[in-house]
Amino acid sequence: MQNGWLYIGLFLIVGIIVPILPLLFSRLVAPRKPNSIKQSTYECGIKTVGDSWVQFKAPYYVFALVFLVFDVEAVLLFPWALMLKRLPLFVALEGILFILILVAGLVYAWRKGMLEWL
Amino acid sequence: MNLLNDPIHFIAQWLQGLLTGWGLSLVLAKVILALISITVTILFAMALAIFLVWVERKVVARFQDRIGPNRIGPYGLFQPLADIIKLIGKEDITPALADKFVYNLAPVLALASVILLWAILPLAPNIYGVDLNVAVLYLVAAGALGTLSIIMAGWASNNKYALLGAFRTVANMISYEIPMVLVLLIPTLLAGTMSVKGITEAQSPTWFFFLSPLGALIFLISAVAELGRSPFDLSEAESEIVAGFHIEYTGMKFGLFYAGELLHAFTFGGFTAVLFFGGYRFFGLENLGPLVAAAIFLVKAMFGYWIIMWIKYTMPRIRIDHMLAFNWKFLTPLALTVLMVTAVMEKLLAGTSPWIYSLGLFLANLAIALATIEILHAFGKWQRKTEASTKPALQAGQYYEEQNP
Amino acid sequence: MTPVQIVFILCAVLILGSALMVVSTRKLIHAALWLIVTLFGVAILYAILEAGFLAVVQVAVYIGAIAILFIFAVMLTRRELRDKSPQLRKNWGAAALLGLLAFAGLAFLVTSQPGVGRTAAAMPDGLDTVQALGKSLVSPQAYLLPFEVVSVLLLAALIGAVYIAFTRKS
Repeated sequence: MQNGWLYIGLFLIVGIIVPILPLLFSRLVAPRKPNSIKQSTYECGIKTVGDSWVQFKAPYYVFALVFLVFDVEAVLLFPWALMLKRLPLFVALEGILFILILVAGLVYAWRKGMLEWL
Repeated sequence: MNLLNDPIHFIAQWLQGLLTGWGLSLVLAKVILALISITVTILFAMALAIFLVWVERKVVARFQDRIGPNRIGPYGLFQPLADIIKLIGKEDITPALADKFVYNLAPVLALASVILLWAILPLAPNIYGVDLNVAVLYLVAAGALGTLSIIMAGWASNNKYALLGAFRTVANMISYEIPMVLVLLIPTLLAGTMSVKGITEAQSPTWFFFLSPLGALIFLISAVAELGRSPFDLSEAESEIVAGFHIEYTGMKFGLFYAGELLHAFTFGGFTAVLFFGGYRFFGLENLGPLVAAAIFLVKAMFGYWIIMWIKYTMPRIRIDHMLAFNWKFLTPLALTVLMVTAVMEKLLAGTSPWIYSLGLFLANLAIALATIEILHAFGKWQRKTEASTKPALQAGQYYEEQNP
Repeated sequence: MTPVQIVFILCAVLILGSALMVVSTRKLIHAALWLIVTLFGVAILYAILEAGFLAVVQVAVYIGAIAILFIFAVMLTRRELRDKSPQLRKNWGAAALLGLLAFAGLAFLVTSQPGVGRTAAAMPDGLDTVQALGKSLVSPQAYLLPFEVVSVLLLAALIGAVYIAFTRKS
């Protein structure tokens, strides 16, 4: 194990360094002539109107909530799925009970209109 | 083991002997060996990304009935190199009020999250980075890092459109992660292990594609949505929000995003091949040698990438509310149903011969598909009936607006 | 010092440093990003402890879902994404004293445990922690009931989320 995760850690470090190299090389080679027009925010080629914040719509948050619940459920199902082949039939039924309770939740959210992009 | 059968371990042993012969401790020698293998893997992935730029442009040209790049090098093969030289030479324009550190970190993190996936991908029975015992969830975790980099890019650009594009892209990507994780449970279930090498080895009589075609289909659809590619490419809706979250990125940073997206698509093609199409296995041909197995794997991954490109250049873009409705109201219940049915059928058919096992699971999937089509059919009919009863009939040549002037 | 200890110390410095930055940085979005670094450090700790499943679950669920939820919540409730609030409140002295007392109490509790300085016993060879976890989650003698109760808990969370979103919309 130790070697496996150490490998992944080294991989992450090298994997962050390698994309930085073209950026550094570009910094050496490319011209740098900043002026205020080039550095202004892009808004279809015209001057910007208003502040650079947008009214954040509530449905984004709602979808993130529903996603969180189902993500935790799916991740908890992994040990079950792993051992399913080696254990008897009622283990499958236990997992199905787990899934059905959350299907009830999904149906409830659906009927309450939470899955609409309003 | 000799050079032909097990090249990686042979070279590793030789190098280890060399380094310890020079007086380095064993731990340090192992770390240096790990670093060498990591660098080789990452350079291979980056070279593959460069090659994929050429493949992508040639394929899109053929789909659009034109030739594509054919000037630079034979068949335009050196076109990506010209692209890289151009991108490196472009000026790096940072918006005035952008958050410098986050702005610079986002493209690096986006490409790093894709490169991380190459640590667990098995090219051949003996060529792989590390055989993690939780590799399937590692795939999900690397996807989480990619999603994070998109939020960082969108927010740090100090641009309304970038922020809007980032929100929509992230809402898209997290929604489609649910069917993907649920369908990833199916190869785990059928193989009894979470390591991708174990899943590849467990596909011995039949590929998992034949045991669970619906699972492969749902994985393909949610993978295309996870990649942010057409028809789910809200982030690059050129006519709507002009390139979305990477609107303020110039030069090589944009190049990193672009190469990251292509490499991500190819890596997902590779994962489809490993999880559902047998990876490097092909009726025993992989035992001929590691290079043959790696070639088989790359051909299958390229086939998966071809399907993803085919979908991209054929279908129009899907609107965001349709996309989210499709995910939460169709794909997630379907994925849950397939998972439950596969679990039950697997236990019921556990001891039987491989033919009956495969046939039973395949027929179960077919039954679910037919039932789904029937349900959609009935739902469509019901919807048409309720709409017909609430809207009055049209006269010939009239539009709906003309009826109530 | 064994390499494990070196990695642990680096990881601990990372976690503590980024946690400090979470509470002391001025911009809220930066606080959310430093929180992500802290969560990633905890994932590294899990990997050091040979709990690979928990490490990837930490990254996939905490960073991939909860941190994104934090960022969405910050963006939803802040009118100006670049707000700056004052760093220290009025009675920060009392809070610092309480924090110090809590730290002293916890340190005393931890160091007074009998086995605190020992190195951990090596894991038995061939023990696959994920398989053991899977087996214990579905066997009636072990953790089957909490496993099913967790699904009811998630259902309650979902219904609560629907209720909050519903009243917010209407």
